[in-house]
Amino acid sequence: MKDSRGCRERDITFLKAQAKLVRVEILKMLAVAGSGHTGGSLSAADIVTALYFSKMRHRPDNPSWRERDRFILSKGHAAPLLYAVLAMTGYFDISMLKTLRKLGSPLQGHPCSRALPGVEISTGSLGQGLSVSNGIAIGLKMDNLSSRVYCLLGDGEIQEGQVWEAAMTAAHYRLDNLCAIVDLNGLQIDGPVSKVKAIEPVASKWSAFGWNVIEIDGHNWEEILNAFDEAETVKGKPSVVLARTIKGKGVSFFEGKVEYHGVAPTQEELERALKELEVNG
Amino acid sequence: MDKRLHSTEQKTGVKEEAIATRDAYGEALLELGKERKDVVVLDADLSGSTKTGKFAKAFPDRFFNIGIAEQDMVGTAAGLALSGKLPFASTFAVFETGRAWEQIRQAVCYSNLNVKLVATHGGISVGEDGASHQATEDVTLMRVLPNMTVIVPSDGYETRQVINAIADYYGPVYVRLGRAKVPAVMPDDYEFTIGKAYTFYMGRDANIVAMGIMVSIALEAAKILKQEGIDTGVVNMSTVKPLDTETLLNTAKACRLIVTAEEHSIIGGLGSAVSEFLSENHPTYLYRIGIKDAFGCSGTPEELLKLYGLTADDIVRTIKEALGR
Repeated sequence: MKDSRGCRERDITFLKAQAKLVRVEILKMLAVAGSGHTGGSLSAADIVTALYFSKMRHRPDNPSWRERDRFILSKGHAAPLLYAVLAMTGYFDISMLKTLRKLGSPLQGHPCSRALPGVEISTGSLGQGLSVSNGIAIGLKMDNLSSRVYCLLGDGEIQEGQVWEAAMTAAHYRLDNLCAIVDLNGLQIDGPVSKVKAIEPVASKWSAFGWNVIEIDGHNWEEILNAFDEAETVKGKPSVVLARTIKGKGVSFFEGKVEYHGVAPTQEELERALKELEVNG
Repeated sequence: MDKRLHSTEQKTGVKEEAIATRDAYGEALLELGKERKDVVVLDADLSGSTKTGKFAKAFPDRFFNIGIAEQDMVGTAAGLALSGKLPFASTFAVFETGRAWEQIRQAVCYSNLNVKLVATHGGISVGEDGASHQATEDVTLMRVLPNMTVIVPSDGYETRQVINAIADYYGPVYVRLGRAKVPAVMPDDYEFTIGKAYTFYMGRDANIVAMGIMVSIALEAAKILKQEGIDTGVVNMSTVKPLDTETLLNTAKACRLIVTAEEHSIIGGLGSAVSEFLSENHPTYLYRIGIKDAFGCSGTPEELLKLYGLTADDIVRTIKEALGR
């Protein structure tokens, strides 16, 4: 899956269609599972679709390909999103998605690297993915590999102190092969991030920590693709893409609703949601 | 104390000088770094004390100081392991196992990554720095984690062998080392194997199952007891997990009393591991020598070992009382 900058318009049309299907798969698997994280999977769906279907070099038939770009889902609760893109790009059969959260399934409630090829490292406990990404990025540089590392964090997640320890480390070691993405959907379990514990000003925080900061609308395809391209050209420091998103994006009655952080759609909600995606897609 | 340990109870002589296990680690790591290019070392601003500084000086491109950020250090080590490196991450045992416990659980053990956590300053023999820097719960914290191997070497010679052995083994390992010098106790023909205990001598009355610095103290106690007619053996259970249950079972069957000895809380450490196994498989009269649900404090290592009941005399008294002698 390579970057096709020359035909961006066609690329975006393709990505839009894929993102819609990704959302459909997310909703379907969550409805079957009866539990899981809907809001944060939908908010980051466009970004992760752009990575797996366009930006990243990876080989679904060879998940441990040495020269692949790495994706670390630090916000591990968005597992349904990761599973959807992995299945749709061919890491495993799409029918496996209906086993999400079931006994014996490789699709654990939060990603488990030992259970599912394509998952780089087990996540779910927040705040840890960026440190791991740093380690991978350092290792890639030592081996003179040009692979890049993408790490997706939640906005509530950056309340974890370890994120800022890792932010310092990445800047100190000049990890320009690393690109963090913060999914700024504005909501966490207990309510708006600004009410639970304010994280703003986010951009100046990362900037102060020595990062190249790229602010985008996380649902604008042009901006998403440009951000990843820009990050790749910045040398000597890591880049962070601060993506303003809408929690539950794509399904009107989930959008901006804190209640759908950790709740799966009912069968009735699923049917309504699928209809909506069909109409709006 | 050195000379008395080189007793007839040992199978062969010991030629080594007393050395802190952390110093042996520093040397072993340097040698390993020369042999293997995949070895990388991380520290959290304590490389002078943990002795990873030697490696850092020789191989600056393979040494990563993560600063005072233990959680980040463990996560970074996990990432390096994912890149095919062999990371050794070191700091003081309190911070490594306590501060970063959940990072070890999630990023290292759950993903079963090849990360070696080698911590120094285990136990109260840290001395003057006091309780904040004396790890007395670290073995408990590491032993409870699935996929984790836990090793507590008894002297410098064993430490060097442990470092080489874990480099050849795939999986998460925790090694607990000490700050203070310890007498050499292991015979020169000793070969460390993960999961294999070493029996110095099998006693008919009592056997002391010890780890770390308590091995030399147990040997001292056994010598005193033997002089008093109490046949006491010593087992170096340097691998606390997986426990050498075969040796343990044979040892328990051979005698009337088992005493465990650890410079660590008696809750969850070696004493617990031995008790858990024997209770289910061969109920044995047993006492645990160790720190009895307490924090350490400032003092010299010798003063502290005495204060917390970890001397040879304490072991002797415990065994005599237990046997009614």
